[in-house]
Amino acid sequence: METVEIKINGQPYEVEKDTTILKAAKKAGIKIPTLCTHSDLEPWAACGICVVKVEGSPRMVRACATSVVPGQNYITHDPELKKVRKTVVEMTLSNHPQECLSCARNQTCELQEVAAEFGIREIPFPMEVKRLPKDESTVSLVFDPTKCIQCGRCAQVCQQLQDVWALEFLHRGYDTKIAPAAGVLLNESPCIKCGQCSAHCPVGAIYENDQTEEFCAAVEDETKHVAVQIAPAVRVAVGEAFGMEPGSITTGKIYKALRMLGSDAVFDTNFAADLTIMEEGTELVQRITKGTGVLPQITSCCPAWTDYMEKYYPDMIPHFSTAKSPMMMQGAVTKTYYADKAGIDKKNIYSVAIMPCTAKKYEIGRDDNMQASGVNDVDLVLTTRELARMIKTAGIDFANLPDEEADSPIGAYSGAGTIFGVTGGVMEAAVRTAYKLVTDDELGDVNVNAVRGMEGVKKGAVDFKGTEVKVAIAHGMANVKSIMDEIRDAREKGSEPPYHFIEVMACRGGCIAGGGQPYGTEDDIRDKRIAGIYTDDEKSVVRKSHENPEIVQIYKDFLGEPLSHKAHELLHTKYIERPLYQK
Amino acid sequence: MAKMTLEELRKLRSSQKSEMERRDVEGKETHIIVGMGTCGIAAGAKGALDGFLDTIKKNNLDDVVVKQTGCMGLCYAEPTVEVKVPGMPDTIYGNVDAKVAAEIVEKHIMHKELVQDHIQDKPAGDIIK
Amino acid sequence: MAVKNYILVCGGTACESSKGDDIFNNLLKEAEAQGVADDVQIVKTGCFGFCEKGPIVKVLPEQAFYVEVKPEDAGEIISETVIKGRMVDRILYKPEKGAKGDAFDIDNIEFYQKQYRIVLRNCGLINPEDIDEYIARDGYAALEKCLFDITPDQIIEELKVSGLRGRGGAGFPTWMKWNFTKQVESDQKYIVCNADEGDPGAYMDRSTLEGDPHSILEAMTIAGICVGANMGAIYIRAEYPLAIERLETAMAQAREYGLLGKDILGSGFDFDIELRLGAGAFVCGEETALLASIEGKRGMPIPKPPFPAVKGLFAEPTVINNVETYANIPAILTKGGEWFAKIGTEKSKGTKVFALTGKIKNSGLVEVPMGTTLREIVFEIGGGIPNGKKFKAVQTGGPSGGVITDKYLDTPIDFDNLISIGSMMGSGGMIVMDEDDCIVDVNRFYMDFCVEESCGKCAPCRIGTKKLMGYLDRFTQGKGEVEDIQKMKDIGEAMKKAALCGLGQTAPNPILSSLEHFGHEYMEHIEEGKCAAGKCKDLVHYKIIAEKCIGCTVCARKCPVNCIEGERKKPHVIDQEKCIKCGACFEGCKFDAIIVS
Repeated sequence: METVEIKINGQPYEVEKDTTILKAAKKAGIKIPTLCTHSDLEPWAACGICVVKVEGSPRMVRACATSVVPGQNYITHDPELKKVRKTVVEMTLSNHPQECLSCARNQTCELQEVAAEFGIREIPFPMEVKRLPKDESTVSLVFDPTKCIQCGRCAQVCQQLQDVWALEFLHRGYDTKIAPAAGVLLNESPCIKCGQCSAHCPVGAIYENDQTEEFCAAVEDETKHVAVQIAPAVRVAVGEAFGMEPGSITTGKIYKALRMLGSDAVFDTNFAADLTIMEEGTELVQRITKGTGVLPQITSCCPAWTDYMEKYYPDMIPHFSTAKSPMMMQGAVTKTYYADKAGIDKKNIYSVAIMPCTAKKYEIGRDDNMQASGVNDVDLVLTTRELARMIKTAGIDFANLPDEEADSPIGAYSGAGTIFGVTGGVMEAAVRTAYKLVTDDELGDVNVNAVRGMEGVKKGAVDFKGTEVKVAIAHGMANVKSIMDEIRDAREKGSEPPYHFIEVMACRGGCIAGGGQPYGTEDDIRDKRIAGIYTDDEKSVVRKSHENPEIVQIYKDFLGEPLSHKAHELLHTKYIERPLYQK
Repeated sequence: MAKMTLEELRKLRSSQKSEMERRDVEGKETHIIVGMGTCGIAAGAKGALDGFLDTIKKNNLDDVVVKQTGCMGLCYAEPTVEVKVPGMPDTIYGNVDAKVAAEIVEKHIMHKELVQDHIQDKPAGDIIK
Repeated sequence: MAVKNYILVCGGTACESSKGDDIFNNLLKEAEAQGVADDVQIVKTGCFGFCEKGPIVKVLPEQAFYVEVKPEDAGEIISETVIKGRMVDRILYKPEKGAKGDAFDIDNIEFYQKQYRIVLRNCGLINPEDIDEYIARDGYAALEKCLFDITPDQIIEELKVSGLRGRGGAGFPTWMKWNFTKQVESDQKYIVCNADEGDPGAYMDRSTLEGDPHSILEAMTIAGICVGANMGAIYIRAEYPLAIERLETAMAQAREYGLLGKDILGSGFDFDIELRLGAGAFVCGEETALLASIEGKRGMPIPKPPFPAVKGLFAEPTVINNVETYANIPAILTKGGEWFAKIGTEKSKGTKVFALTGKIKNSGLVEVPMGTTLREIVFEIGGGIPNGKKFKAVQTGGPSGGVITDKYLDTPIDFDNLISIGSMMGSGGMIVMDEDDCIVDVNRFYMDFCVEESCGKCAPCRIGTKKLMGYLDRFTQGKGEVEDIQKMKDIGEAMKKAALCGLGQTAPNPILSSLEHFGHEYMEHIEEGKCAAGKCKDLVHYKIIAEKCIGCTVCARKCPVNCIEGERKKPHVIDQEKCIKCGACFEGCKFDAIIVS
């Protein structure tokens, strides 16, 4: 790393060459206030409160967007800077509804935090709040433009990180607002409900559709048997809401908490992740060895990616694995296999999924195949944030809960199931099982390091005893383009497909950084959550899906074999081309 | 004309220059140059142009050339017109409508008599000349 | 009739008060009396400007330029100049030598004038749709030189010697911009012309493009040669259809002649230009927003650095200059940087084109050497304030600038002086205000413009402009409070420091500058609820003084809303509730019985 010498407030520092003033100051232990900047995004430079002075220049520059120049002395705090920043914060507050107590972001709001840091006791300028209608058109997200401070994070996430372009800046000047283009509602826009906008919003302008009351109502309903599943990524993140270190594995505490909240059965989506590997892995092997479908096969467990594909890459439909997502599989077997075993009428089972994801709320109703059991396979999806809120409301001291186990027969999971929560995890899990299916031998070292890591696009090849299986992985929706282009290119030229298997997750880092995860997700937190997931895998006795005893059992007792007729009925689905704009 | 070489451009320039000088020295032709910038057109330069053309035609003046140019800067007096008549000082007229145009042709061009109330000052000398 | 002489008497309405008519009549009488009535034609003209020295009489073809002429001078003008061909020395105008140094070479000029046309050298002279006329006036000679005679380094050197600074507003040295781009290694570079002229009242660029489109094409091609770019784009607002048409014609002609396109003049150098039409957003005059707009994105600024010179259009090094800057380039390269450097002041070389509008007799485009004073522009070239009203201030720099009061009328205008007196050059809009203009009202106009034109990206500008507008609104309604002034200053300072681009950083300038010079006028609105200029309708009240009113009923009949009542021959009364403050009663009363308060 090349470094340069700069000064901050007169003190010398050696910092990374071309780093920003903001980052250099952070490393030096100096916090420059910010609102719009986010480490996932290019500096947008909208909020105007990170201004600093460069000694010798009359101007102020934005610390977020300005690279350090060797030898310069940056003043980060002085009375004039404080005055300017405070005035800008006061101006921003004067346009923001003073409804903190009833806001979804109360106590997690970044604007609130900045206002507190500046010690603002009154707003000197006349209050002027534009009341705009909420957009509640999707089941996933609530978009409340009245609270928007136009920091631009959501639009940037939607455009740059996710390449979705559902959100745009509309109008100009004071009338500027962020909304889908042409004044359509979110559900009429290309929005894929990934919820990254809500995860990045510093205030309460975009948030998950809170459905906790529906859960409470269900547990209160005596006739309902509430069966809950939790996704892999939830276990390494929900603790953050209770002051625990990111990446802490809280699986057993979550089971316990869910029971305390009134759940009748607590399962784990990781079980269904193993099931997915059985189905999807077998599908892949058949495509490769028997030519039963086009290659490469592309994963379909991420509902935001599926939605994106149907809108932006409908020509990829034949490439998609027909296997449903683990959540939907779990729902389907809950209301069939489990219902039968437990002797409960499926109509009385209320199937709840705790997910790191807002798109999952949409997925459960995306088409008729989501009622493979004859009723809704999943009745309700709550995000990690909603779960944390329910636990708090119930007065549960989460961090100090004892661990409990999940319920049988669809609660046990392998390490392969748990790594579904990170980028590369589905691929790695699939390799562990496909290797067995292709070679009839077990993989020696189950750690497939080639597919791990935070690179936006990962490419590699796995040796299946002489058969080279070429794979590619993308996370962060915008990263999918280069791979899709390669596939299209090969298809047009009639040449060999460049890959056999492709894994795509819409969110950067995978589900551990999903749109429904606790606030404040940045790469350092992603890294910790990922480490937690891999630890969970390593600690597992069983690390391959096909070795999960409950998986073996369900095929024996119920499904027969992967891709059987019953499996197809319950665990597979199909895709349709969807328009970008529905109007 | 096809694409030019350097020599051809230089030749064209010198022939155009000497043509302009010839006109100035011999002063045979009468020129009416109408300011046709947005300001001129907005103020009615097209009406003035028609006025010139009509009056010229009516009087069968075949040695009068009517041309257009851009804005001279005298926006308060648009439409503006420069009239160059052999033997007379080059004159800029402002606030020229069709009626004034006719008057300019009949008085200034045909009778070498300036038209009252419409003469404007040239804004600046020519740096190229 | 063989007329030998023409006598031009300035007869603009302005000079009537200076006895233009008497001079005209006396000249007629004298010509008759001295027997030369047939040899001379005496003509009344439009206003020549220069009214401080009026009335002015010009005798042609002698080019005698007489100033401060009195009616009794008529005899001498006829006898000396018309009959004997001699000058009347007593009234002959003598240029003030040394006023602007020796740089201003007046020898080539017909008679002394304040204007000096470099940018507008061809405007109003050539047919903009005929490339031959441009070529005849040394057009494309600079291109020739740059292609065949001098190196790119020499071009930079020539620009450096010339001292040319960007005419878009900030006045950054042009040679430095070009040099930055030149020094960056890149296969693709761009030359962009900013023709997104947006200041209220400014139209210099439009006129230049309409009157002399080839000068811009030539300059951009030269920039291409200099920095090694083969692609150019002119970003022009779609509201300028004539300029677009003329540019298109000019580009087609230049391509036909091989002055644009592949292998220009057989040199092996390729360069072509595209037009990009903007929808007229003011912020797109900000260079990073302009580039975003060319790229097809929403026109919003991004932080600088990196500057476009290094990372510009499509992230490639890009030279971006405005129309007026480019228009200077061919003249500099044909006549030499030293020639250019002789014009203007020490730090601001050359000329500046201003669009002179507002309360001014001769509104229009003026091009003056840098260092010309505001007094010269307003009172000599512009002819001063019409209708005998009193000069109040000049607004330069449009919505980014400030007011200049009579205190600074004699300050030589250049980039640095304008900033030091709290305004800025801007693109060259110059709006003259007289005593009837209310400073609060004028600032409302500018701030309204900024509110409309803010792109909305950064909080300081988006919110700040609206807040400032809110205060001004309240002032004009008499609802202001004394503390508001400090709050406005706080917002203004925060915007200056924390807004992202030039638009936001300069948007509070008109207010901050006028608070300094006309603070009392703001206070009058706030403390007394009074608008002396009578522009803030909510503060104006028309009252009938009973003692003076004779009950003629004229006011009642003139009132469009029938809010004046009263019996004939008895004092009338205005219903303040219904009054719309149109002033019709005030204008109509012949007995001064109606007062404005």
